[in-house]
Amino acid sequence: MSITYLDAIREAQAHALRADPRVFIYGQDVGAFGGAFKATKNLAVEFPGRVLDAPISEDAMIGLAVGAAIEGLRPIIEMQFADFSTVGFNQIVNQAATLFWRTNVSCPIIVRLPFGGTSGGGPFHSQCIEAIYAHYPGLVVLTPATVEDAYSMLIEAVAIDDPVIFCEHKFLYRHLKAEKLPSEALPVGKARIARVGRDLTIVAYSAMVHEALEAATELATEGWQIEVVDLRSVKPLDTDTVIASVARTGKLLCVGEAWPWGGVTAEVIARVASEGYGLLDAPPQRLNAKDTPVPYHPNLWTAHRPTARAVATAARKILRQ
Amino acid sequence: MLQTVSEPRADGAAGSVAGAQLAAYRFMLKARLLDDKFAALYRAGKIHGGVFIGKGQEALSAATGVSLKKTDVFAPLIRDAAGRLAFGEPIIDAVRTYLGSALGPMRGRDGNVHRGRPQTGLLPMISHLGAMISVVNGVLFARRMKGISGSVGVASLGEGATSTGAFHEALNQAAVEKLPLILVVANNHYAYSTPNSRQFACADLAEKAVGYGVGSHSVDGTDLAACLATLTEAVGNARAGHGPQLVVANLLRLCGHGEHDDASYIDPKLKKSPLGRDCLKVAEDFLVEEKIADAAQLAVWRSETIREIEDAVAIVQREPAPDPFAEKWCAIASVHLGETHE
Repeated sequence: MSITYLDAIREAQAHALRADPRVFIYGQDVGAFGGAFKATKNLAVEFPGRVLDAPISEDAMIGLAVGAAIEGLRPIIEMQFADFSTVGFNQIVNQAATLFWRTNVSCPIIVRLPFGGTSGGGPFHSQCIEAIYAHYPGLVVLTPATVEDAYSMLIEAVAIDDPVIFCEHKFLYRHLKAEKLPSEALPVGKARIARVGRDLTIVAYSAMVHEALEAATELATEGWQIEVVDLRSVKPLDTDTVIASVARTGKLLCVGEAWPWGGVTAEVIARVASEGYGLLDAPPQRLNAKDTPVPYHPNLWTAHRPTARAVATAARKILRQ
Repeated sequence: MLQTVSEPRADGAAGSVAGAQLAAYRFMLKARLLDDKFAALYRAGKIHGGVFIGKGQEALSAATGVSLKKTDVFAPLIRDAAGRLAFGEPIIDAVRTYLGSALGPMRGRDGNVHRGRPQTGLLPMISHLGAMISVVNGVLFARRMKGISGSVGVASLGEGATSTGAFHEALNQAAVEKLPLILVVANNHYAYSTPNSRQFACADLAEKAVGYGVGSHSVDGTDLAACLATLTEAVGNARAGHGPQLVVANLLRLCGHGEHDDASYIDPKLKKSPLGRDCLKVAEDFLVEEKIADAAQLAVWRSETIREIEDAVAIVQREPAPDPFAEKWCAIASVHLGETHE
C-alpha cells in the first residue's frame, strides 16, 4: 500500500471528523465534488451535513469559521488555493488572530492552504505566503514536508485552540508517497533533522526540504556531509534546533520557495546571526524564489524557484569559504 | 393612568406595545446620557483614543436590542450603546472599556466601542466594516449544526458598510444558508464625511434585499414606535425560519463621526428636515402624548440614570490600569506554541 501526501490530508480530515463531532469542513467544491484537489473525496458522503460547499466568498468563509469557533465548533476551511486566501486575509489576521488576545475566547479554526508552485501554475496558483501569516500575532503556521507530517500535524492542528494556517504543498500532493500513516510524531513546534551532517546546515521547509535533501545527496558524492533541518512549523519557529545544528556545522544556508524580502529565511538568518554569531565560520546565506510573480512557463518557473541544483550551487559557495 | 415599569427589560417579548416603547425609551435615555458622559470625559482628556457616540440613532439601536432575547447573537457597531444596554451589556463594561480598566471585558487590550463578551452572544466588533456579519452567520450556522433552534442574530451596520465586499459576501452567504440573520443598516447619510451620493447609487438601500433573495424592511429611524414595529417583524420573520432580513432605517447622525469631529460637512437642509429630528425627543413627546409617562416621571428617570452612570464612572476611575509587567504578551491560547524569540 502506498499513501500520498494528499491521501494523508484526506485521511487526517476523516480521522478528525470521526473522532470529534465539533469538526466540520467548509470550502469551495469540498462537498459532493470532493475538492479541487480531492482532499475531501467522499467525506461528504461519509459525514453527511459536515462537509459543505461554500460560495466563492473567502472573507465570509473565514468569518463564518470564527463564529462557529466562538460557538464551540472546530471548523476546517479549505482555500482552493493559498493565493485566494488574500481575499479572506482581513478575517484571518484581524478577526481570527486577534480574538483570543482581545476577549480571552479562543479561536480554534484551521485554514488549509494548498500552496506553492507546480509546473504551469502561474502567478495566481503558485504563491507561498506563509511569511505574511507568520508576521501577524495570534496565528500558528504549519508547513509539513512529508506524508507523515501532513497527517499527524493536521490531526494535531485540530486540537490546537488557536487559528492554524496549514500550508500544504501542491507539488507534494501526488508526488510524495509513504508506506503507511504514522502512529507517532514529533509535536508541532519542533523542527526535525531530516539528514545528519557535519559541514553545512541547510534549513528548509515544505517542498524545499526535498530539494535540500537531493542537493545533500549530490554534495555527498563530493565528500560533503550536509545536515538538513526541516522546520515543519514556521510559527512557532524552533530556533533551538536550528542553532544546535549550526553549532555542529558552523555554516548555514536557509532555503525557501517564498519571495526573498522579509520572510522565513530572513527570520532564521536573523535569529542565528543574533543568537549564534560565534558559532558561524562563514556568513549565513539564503536562497529564495526570485522577486517577481511566479512565472507560468516551466522554463521560467524552474529558474524562478530554488531547485536541488540551485541549492547545491549555493551550498558549494559557502563550503568553499 | 400611567403605566408603571420599574426597570427596563429586554426579553424580546414585552407584554404590550406601550410597555415595549417604555422599555426601549429607557435604554435610549441611558445610552444618550452614557454617551454624553463619555464625550465629557473625552473633552476632559480622561479617555485614551476616540469616543464614538450614537446621538440620533438610539431609537433604532434600542428597538434592535429589545427585539432580541438574551440567548440571541448581537454584533453591534459603533453607535449602538442603546442596543447593547438593551441586549444586556452592563454600563460598567462600557465604562471600563472606555477608561481602559484592567477589570473590564477587554482588560485594556482593546478600547471604546471594541468590546463584547462572545460567550454571551455579544460579539466585539473589529474596525473593518462588514466583517462582523459573517461571524454572526458562523454562530447561527454552528447552532443549527448543534441542533439548537430558535435563536437569531443581528449585525448592525451603517450605510457605508454596504459598499464593502464583506457585506456582499456575508449577506449572500446568509441567504444561501437561510440563516436567521437580521442586518440592521442605519442609513445616517454620512460615512464619516462621505455623503450618500458618493456611497451608493440605488434609490433605497432596502432594494438590495431583492438581489440577495432576503426579506426587506424600510423604516423611519427617528420614530421609536416605527422602529419597534419593524424590528419586531424582521426578528419574528427570521425566528420563524424565513431567512435573512435586511432592515434599512433612515435617520441622521446628530453628532460627529467621533468626538474629534465637528461634523461641519452635514448639509443644514438635512438637519432641518424630518430626518434631523432627535429621536429621543420624539420618543419623549410620544410617551407624554399617549399618557404613558408624564414630564415629571421623565425627569425622575433622567436623574436616576445620571446617578447610575456617575456611580459606575466613580467606581471605574479608582480601578487599576493594566500593568505592562504583568501582561503575558502572548497572543495565542496555546502558550506552549508561543514565540519566545524577541
